[in-house]
Amino acid sequence: MKTVDFIVVGVGGQGTLLASDVIAQVGLGAGLEAKKSEVHGMAQRGGSVISHVRWGERVYSPLIGKGEADFLLAFEKLEALRYVDWLKPGGVALVNEQAIPPVAVSSGGAEYPSDERFLAAFKAVTDKVYLIPSLKVAQEVGSARVNNVVMLGALSALLDVDEAVWRAAIEERVPPKFVEMNLRAFERGRALVK
Amino acid sequence: MKKLLSGNEAIARGAWEYGVAVASAYPGTPSTEILEEFARYPNVYAEWATNEKVALDVAIGAAYAGRRAMSTMKHVGLNVAADAFFYASMTGIEGGLLVVSADDPAMHSSQNEQDNRNFGKFARVPVVEPVDSQEAKDLVGAALDISEQFDTPVMLRITTRIAHSSTPVELGERKEGPPPLPTYPRKFEKYVMLPVNARKRHPVIEERIRKLTVFAETFPFNRVEWGDRSLGIITCGVAYQYAKEVFPTASILKLGMTYPIPPQMVREFVGQVERAIVLEELDPFVENEIKLLGLWVEGKSIFSGIGEMDPRTVREQAIAAGLLPASARKTYIVPDVGSLPGRPPVLCPGCPHRGFYVITRKLKLPINGDIGCYTLGALPPLNSTDTCGCMGASIGVAHGADKAGSPERNIAVLGDSTFFHTGMPALLNVAYNNGKTITVVLDNRVTAMTGHQDNPGTGRTLQGQESKQIEFEPLLRALGMDHVQTVNAFDLREVERALREALKRDEASALVVRGECALLPEARKQYVPLRVDDERCNGCGLCFRVGCPAIVKRPDGKASIDALLCTGCEVCAQVCARKAILFRSQVQETADA
Repeated sequence: MKTVDFIVVGVGGQGTLLASDVIAQVGLGAGLEAKKSEVHGMAQRGGSVISHVRWGERVYSPLIGKGEADFLLAFEKLEALRYVDWLKPGGVALVNEQAIPPVAVSSGGAEYPSDERFLAAFKAVTDKVYLIPSLKVAQEVGSARVNNVVMLGALSALLDVDEAVWRAAIEERVPPKFVEMNLRAFERGRALVK
Repeated sequence: MKKLLSGNEAIARGAWEYGVAVASAYPGTPSTEILEEFARYPNVYAEWATNEKVALDVAIGAAYAGRRAMSTMKHVGLNVAADAFFYASMTGIEGGLLVVSADDPAMHSSQNEQDNRNFGKFARVPVVEPVDSQEAKDLVGAALDISEQFDTPVMLRITTRIAHSSTPVELGERKEGPPPLPTYPRKFEKYVMLPVNARKRHPVIEERIRKLTVFAETFPFNRVEWGDRSLGIITCGVAYQYAKEVFPTASILKLGMTYPIPPQMVREFVGQVERAIVLEELDPFVENEIKLLGLWVEGKSIFSGIGEMDPRTVREQAIAAGLLPASARKTYIVPDVGSLPGRPPVLCPGCPHRGFYVITRKLKLPINGDIGCYTLGALPPLNSTDTCGCMGASIGVAHGADKAGSPERNIAVLGDSTFFHTGMPALLNVAYNNGKTITVVLDNRVTAMTGHQDNPGTGRTLQGQESKQIEFEPLLRALGMDHVQTVNAFDLREVERALREALKRDEASALVVRGECALLPEARKQYVPLRVDDERCNGCGLCFRVGCPAIVKRPDGKASIDALLCTGCEVCAQVCARKAILFRSQVQETADA
């Protein structure tokens, strides 16, 4: 089997690291080798965050090269655009519709890219772009914080791995008192793409 | 059962499984999680030391007493600990001593990307390097065995990609290490490095490296994976993974010990392949060691020694050097996204450092900064730090400017933990030498940048025990500061008044700017998001210049506040000339009404 490569991007504090933990755990749960790589530290201070996850019978590099990711899971639109060249031609992009203007924009010095620019850039790489209203769904479920798990639900619908494996990975990774809310978020996200 | 562990978690696990009894460290990315994880295991002692040199001395002390010991640090931490590293090499130890150096190629959170394998060779300390988390764990055990067998400290050298990548690991059980020696070793010739003894020890450590060179030939973590012999790749660390990915059919010599290298093994490998290439991140360390054997290999003439590698750059550089055909190129699409606004790390909403920099920017003071979250004050729109080199440099650099006759009054700015780390001797130096430097301790009550570690100011140890809480004011006075002021970090008027008072004084003084990190649990309970009064706001933009992520410019140019991000620190409200940003009390009043 060929490897399946995921790039997960977002803004520090959005739960990208937990999401990539779950994806890696699902890979193991599905009986594959899995590797995950990210960088801690400065990135946590509201910075741009990128995490690499790979599944396969045998996985060597923990890093994915540019233009080689099968899936780009983006928790924020500007970050999706920043890392669009990581996606392989024809790969799948799942993008949270949320926009979080960086300080350079909110303080008026720079402009947040328009939706037209966003769509044109993605169209050049792939026609498989899913825009996910995950923040809205997360708030309906009970908290903006499960935004990341709504996105995981959407991703899960596009992968041939038993739903139970996903649910087990989420249960393992989130604090016990939030498991139920996270599982609901997962179901809602899954239904968005199914 | 296999578990996904980061390299750091795997090292902590290995230290526990292989009987490490004492571990000491100072936090530093990418090494921090090793001690945090290790501290949670039963029957071990783990501590945050005040700096890396102290940490390594502590580990050496435990190893002298016969226990297995470990000290972990980021690469630049070993610069601080270098003195200890060198004497420990000279003396050797009783129980195994592991020094973990976490290097940071690409400088994800560091001031340089020095390759600490050089320190291994420099100090005649063997260096082992894992290719993934499983090896990271296994090499902890192997390194401790080598340490005891050869009477030497051993360096486990990792990089950010090993530290922060998670790969499957087989867990084992703890094997207790040796107990403390029944009596403390009194070996004058071995442990007292007077010149008379040091001269006798030098030949011993040179002989030790010679013996390790022989040992390396059969070290199981050095191995050959034969493939196509037209290309032979000698590699180590995470670069091994890129070699397997990019050159799946090549022959590979994987080195788990990179100092000293096994000469016979390398010679045979190089002799049996048509073209021998070294693939390693950063310095041509292994490459140069091989060249010293009189063998010809290529390395840095093909692969960059700057930054991190990844499969794509390795492939591209290999194609450029003719190692791979052009058809191996994987094309991809780089759409035109135009110029995107960056998203650098910023001071968090509610950060206690922000207000201080708003005032220093206003007063146009030259600032000699230091290492911590507050270094981010150097970035726009605060632009309020003029130098930052290494831990504890602020005070000495400011004192140097003073003694050089620089016409402006320099301010040394450093955090609470950095002050304990290396600020204290520098401040004593100011006092002793009649300096006039103004030293500002930004005391946010925690070691924040590396993820909220305890320090001598927090009154709690790494393993959760209550401890003596060191107060800054008496400490600063004891270090020779006759004038010590303490102000509330969130009260801009107070901060400005105190700074102006210090500037008036023609002598050294210290200022403690105190405000709890906004991310601490206690601080989180106090959040009250502020609001903008639309009618009063005229879009002047003063509040945007405090650089807070919670303040958003609306399409009409006026300000609004993101209630999900705002903590209610009131720095923006104090800056607003039109009183359009409501203070906490005003927000609460309107909420009650």
